Amino acid sequence: MSPRAACRLETLGFEHVYDYVPGKADWLARGLRTEGEDTDQPRIGPLARGDVVTCQLDEPVGQVWERVQPSPYRFALVIASDGTVLGRLRRSALEGEPTDMAESVMEPGPSIVRPDTTVVDLRERLDKRALRTALVTTPEGRLIGLVRREALG
Amino acid sequence: MPTRIEIDELHALLGGEAQLVEVLPADEYREEHLPGAISIPLKELDTQTTAGLDKGHPIIVYCWDYL
Repeated sequence: MSPRAACRLETLGFEHVYDYVPGKADWLARGLRTEGEDTDQPRIGPLARGDVVTCQLDEPVGQVWERVQPSPYRFALVIASDGTVLGRLRRSALEGEPTDMAESVMEPGPSIVRPDTTVVDLRERLDKRALRTALVTTPEGRLIGLVRREALG
Repeated sequence: MPTRIEIDELHALLGGEAQLVEVLPADEYREEHLPGAISIPLKELDTQTTAGLDKGHPIIVYCWDYL
């Protein structure tokens, strides 16, 4: 729709026309502020916590496990240098052979949600699957944080 | 030809004198829109509805997503 609008504006004489193609969906998914009648729905972005342990692909899981133990969770996330979430290390992997590299034992492609997801929606999704946490990322898959079920009321 | 932009360019343009236009139907605009955007639905985009916009300044359009 916006490409047609942009083209039409040029035909109307506008000289500097830009098309934000990713659109409102992209803006919302970044948890950015909006205006309008429906903006009072609580969203999960502000509830994301930054206390989950992360590691790189080439880190031995024994080292990761040492950091995970004092954390509130029993798993870690494997991320790329730009923060993109690549995988999850479950407790069974963390307690395995300490010299194994994270890459070799991680569970790739964990499920993620966007920060514009409403609190009500996420609560229903977690309860339906009996999950206690949700992983929140940007549209590019970069880690924002973790939302815990108890934070959703 | 219109220039396609992503979020970083959008932020940069909005820091200047760019005009932001949502071209979705008006009810979708009423529900939620980007800060500072005005509503001109695609079906209503013409000389009259754009008369209040400055043709010399950048103008950014957006809809829901890539479609």
